[in-house]
Amino acid sequence: MAAEASKPIDSKVLWGGGRSPFSVSYGKLMMWFFLISDALTFGGFLGALGFARHKFEAVWPVTEQIFYHFPFVPHDIHLPLLYVALMTFILIVSSVTMVLAVEAGHRMDKKGVTKWLALTVVGGFIFLGSQAWEWSTFIHGSDHGVYKLNSGFTTELVTKDGDKTTADLGSGIVAEIQADESLLIKNGEFIGSTVTGEDAEAIKSTAEFVHGASLTRNEYGHQLYADFFFFITGFHGTHVLSGVILNLVILINVIKGVYHKRGHYEMVEKSGLYWHFVDLVWVFVFTFFYLV
Amino acid sequence: MSTQAHAAEHHKESFVSKYIFSHDHKMIAKQFLITGMVMATIGMAMSLLFRLQLAWPGESFSVLNFFLGDKWAPDGVLDPNMYLALGTIHGTIMVFFLLTAGLSGTFANLLIPLQIGARDMASGFMNMLSYWGFFISSVIMVISLFVESGPASAGWTVYPPLSALPQAMPGSGLGMTLWLVSMVFFIASQLIGGLNYIVTVINLRTKGMKMTRLPLTIWAILVTAILGLLSFPVLFSAALLLLFDRSFGTAFYLSDIYIAGEALTQTGGSPILYQHLFWFLGHPEVYIILLPALGLTSEVISTNARKPIFGYRAMVGSILAIGFLSFIVWGHHMFVTGMDPFIGAVFTFTTLLIAIPSAVKAFNYITTLWKGNIRFTPAMMFSIGMVSTFISGGLTGIILADSALDINLHDTYFVVAHFHIVMGLSAVLAMFAGVYHWFPKMYGRMMNMKLGYAHFWLTFISGYGVFFPMHFFGLAGVPRRYYTNSEFPMFDVFIDLNILVTVFAIIGGFAQLLFFFNFFYSMVRGPKASQNPWKSNTLEWTTPVEHIHGNWPGKLPEVHRWAYDYSKPGKEDDFVPQTVPLEEGEKDGEH
Repeated sequence: MAAEASKPIDSKVLWGGGRSPFSVSYGKLMMWFFLISDALTFGGFLGALGFARHKFEAVWPVTEQIFYHFPFVPHDIHLPLLYVALMTFILIVSSVTMVLAVEAGHRMDKKGVTKWLALTVVGGFIFLGSQAWEWSTFIHGSDHGVYKLNSGFTTELVTKDGDKTTADLGSGIVAEIQADESLLIKNGEFIGSTVTGEDAEAIKSTAEFVHGASLTRNEYGHQLYADFFFFITGFHGTHVLSGVILNLVILINVIKGVYHKRGHYEMVEKSGLYWHFVDLVWVFVFTFFYLV
Repeated sequence: MSTQAHAAEHHKESFVSKYIFSHDHKMIAKQFLITGMVMATIGMAMSLLFRLQLAWPGESFSVLNFFLGDKWAPDGVLDPNMYLALGTIHGTIMVFFLLTAGLSGTFANLLIPLQIGARDMASGFMNMLSYWGFFISSVIMVISLFVESGPASAGWTVYPPLSALPQAMPGSGLGMTLWLVSMVFFIASQLIGGLNYIVTVINLRTKGMKMTRLPLTIWAILVTAILGLLSFPVLFSAALLLLFDRSFGTAFYLSDIYIAGEALTQTGGSPILYQHLFWFLGHPEVYIILLPALGLTSEVISTNARKPIFGYRAMVGSILAIGFLSFIVWGHHMFVTGMDPFIGAVFTFTTLLIAIPSAVKAFNYITTLWKGNIRFTPAMMFSIGMVSTFISGGLTGIILADSALDINLHDTYFVVAHFHIVMGLSAVLAMFAGVYHWFPKMYGRMMNMKLGYAHFWLTFISGYGVFFPMHFFGLAGVPRRYYTNSEFPMFDVFIDLNILVTVFAIIGGFAQLLFFFNFFYSMVRGPKASQNPWKSNTLEWTTPVEHIHGNWPGKLPEVHRWAYDYSKPGKEDDFVPQTVPLEEGEKDGEH
């Protein structure tokens, strides 16, 4: 049945039983439904992220101020979100190569499938490596670290437009250590005053020093930001990893000629569906975590 | 299609491949049923144990000591921690293991290929995985009963922070971890099974089996599987986040907690987030339980009333409507979480909307029965009983849907009464109906009718006897989940009624022994079943009584009409099987 999967069915007998109504094999249909289900899992996580962000809108860290590093580029050069954009581009390109692999499969072109599928695997590995680098940069933290102030600390704040106001913004206020050992009070998008001398020493002696980020600390601001960052990108990364392994297994089978003997390359198509899904999910993660 | 290739040959199978790691849907259905029955026995026994405490608080019972030992029932008095654990595991087992996996697993596996005319499920291997995932999850859940710190005790909804902090209470430790591990296997099993059900219904229908000719059982199971596919992943999300809070120090659900005099460092999250994620599953879950029950009831009622089901299209429409609406009502479990009253009003509105398709179904059952030529088989009795509990439990749902009323009734016995009647009793009655009706198909033998009637009346009466008085407790404000209410003098008036409830629970519990005896005795000694004992139209009764791999010897049957041509005017018999071709000028379906 799978071999004739791509043949269209007369619309009169569609849904009438006896033949598959969507003109697809059961395996492909199962993959589609699995992806719908998996989408709901990611939907749960992204919904939870939205819930947390909405609750802490005022103190949520600004992603551009965190992810501005680029491999082999000195830290003082800010390239906000450039590297993650490159990662995203590579992942999307790997989707394109996957499409070409599937297309070559339709033509029973074993060489073409091998080439494009191998490139897809390479793209997946580059993405995974980039994500590891991104994680390590985030875990490592800034050059100096910060002091986290307790709620009740009042400071003069300067908004983006240059307006000045004095306010207690609750928890989430941090004092960032500058190169000259002075402290810069920050809270999300607000940049407050610079503190030096005795005041700075007072803050250093009472506030908690945090350097870098993990599941239990986050120098960049609200803890949930780090929790969700590791959880969502990690869960997505696990999907990418299993996708790469799946593609590798199928690549080996392609090289061994398993699908050529079978007369169709539907397995490539099925793993392609999964791969496109993983890419699509990343587009949403990228949008909701980095861009918005 | 590999399943068709080896359909004709009935090759020899070893004991292991036939009875244990079977790929055959009929065997897997039986495996689900028996595992479900074992789990249900545990769940039922637990409820009887904690009912003893509720009726006679603080009194000593040697039976408690016998089952729970000196640690959890010293001198035969139930330990409060164990009381909470019993309630939690009772709920978990009944909701997930009996009424989700046991009910859907049994009847989806048995009926989908047989009623749509397929050789087997789309993937027999995945079907086997689905059962064994369920089996492993059952074993882990049972193991969790025996750990030193006791099983999970945070209620079947396992709300954080009780479930998120291992130090919160005894049951929050290893027992809770095992609960979560068990649920991971359970969700995987549901996902694999659900994929198989959906794809089989869509892809493997025999020639002529249009969607509009599908029996309502299959429609209900299809929509159930879709609901499971969409809602269980969200429970999976919630459980994973919970696992991180428990084990890796994140704070998704935790904030501002002082425990044992110390401030918790995990802060910033929200337990309400868990409730949103949980109930996004939790409410569809209610219909994952109820829809198959309604599907089985439709089939049994129509067959035994010897009348076409009234309003087939309306029935399908209401199944779809219930399925859709179930995803936008979860907030009605959370009216007291400080929800914005406007949002509360929205959830009240969407919840009340569910009354419409539910009423359509209830009235269609009644009109199907109306002037029918009713045969009161045990299955029919259970189905009619199910219609009764569906209505009486559904009506209290309308009360609870109203956010203003719910604030008073939330977490009282009124809620317990509502969901036990509308979801618990209804689904259990329908499951019994299904077993009595399809037992001949499963085992090739008939169950004993007289024992069936006795079982029905005892179960039905004691079911109402247990849950109906709880409405009055709830209206008076008696809170659920409490170990005892003896500290509140205003609830003293309910002491006698509480004893009555427990007595009915014990009667109802022991009545199930009749069923167990009937089930296992008939399996080996029951009279042999004929090909079509209920004179039914659907395809499963055209298969040979003796099971064969591939279901039909030779070619698959061809379908020519819908499943409900009972007592059709101008026909000799009062039933016309789906395989009988339409005569010239004869119209198909409800026209």
